[in-house]
Amino acid sequence: MADCDETLHELETYLDHELTPGARRAIQAHLDGCLNCLHAFDFHAELRLIIADKCREEPLPPSLLARIQDCFGVGDLDEPDPTGQPAG
Amino acid sequence: MADRAGFAELAMPFAPQLYGAALRMTRNPADAEDLVQETYFKAYRSFGTFTEGTNLRAWLFRILTNTYINTYRAKQRRPTETELDDVEDFYLYRRIGAIEEALAARSAEDELMDVFTDDEVKQALEALPETFRLPVLLADVEGFSYREIAEMLDIPMGTVMSRLHRGRKAMQKALYDFAAERGLVRPPDAEATASGAGRAPTDPTDRAEETEAAPATTSGRPSAGR
Repeated sequence: MADCDETLHELETYLDHELTPGARRAIQAHLDGCLNCLHAFDFHAELRLIIADKCREEPLPPSLLARIQDCFGVGDLDEPDPTGQPAG
Repeated sequence: MADRAGFAELAMPFAPQLYGAALRMTRNPADAEDLVQETYFKAYRSFGTFTEGTNLRAWLFRILTNTYINTYRAKQRRPTETELDDVEDFYLYRRIGAIEEALAARSAEDELMDVFTDDEVKQALEALPETFRLPVLLADVEGFSYREIAEMLDIPMGTVMSRLHRGRKAMQKALYDFAAERGLVRPPDAEATASGAGRAPTDPTDRAEETEAAPATTSGRPSAGR
């Protein structure tokens, strides 16, 4: 089982889900018995959720949607239209 | 080999995420729109090289990130920013008690995490120098792994980890500073100066206790003290 220093040292890697299964179990075992460390982990896990939630998506401006759709089909520069009609 | 005819249907659901990331990267709506359009244009034209069954979202973000680095970073003509003041570990966590006390003193019912507005969180991320902003965006907002981020940014995994560590600390300090600017941090010497500062009508400590003991002070809830 990891001690407090080792546990806090691995906080980010743990929250990033990048620890090996064994290292993860050692951290979990410590957190099961240490309220101070558990607090710190909970706080940072919640902070991650907040940051992701507030920064993740932005409504697509209609002008951008139209510009993206213009890229589809008509812009096949590397595959000329087999019917031979000029593009655009 | 992926069929281009199905591209729009598969790829368009990711557009709001890509646009959000593009805004955080470019910090400017006009450039963000150009960046996302260019990403879709490139993705559509090279969809034949996408291996069906692999992660389309990661593939699109890789194109977005490459396009940003190769085109928009140069266009924005910012010097490569690698400097970032060193911030102590757990910066925000160590100070969160001061914010909690200030909230309690105002009898605010906000959850701690509701303290930060959407704009403040976005600004805290966008204020990071690009060297740190991209890893934090790709990890904490988009949820990519160290390996995926290392590939997208073409840097070693150890560099991804150290930039994440420093970037996250700086972002937490920025969030704390926002809270402090809004007076949401009870200064350590508040107890000594509260009566003379002319700001707080009641001693924050007393208010905090009051709030905790009787949350329904004005509502006249019948059985509040049961």
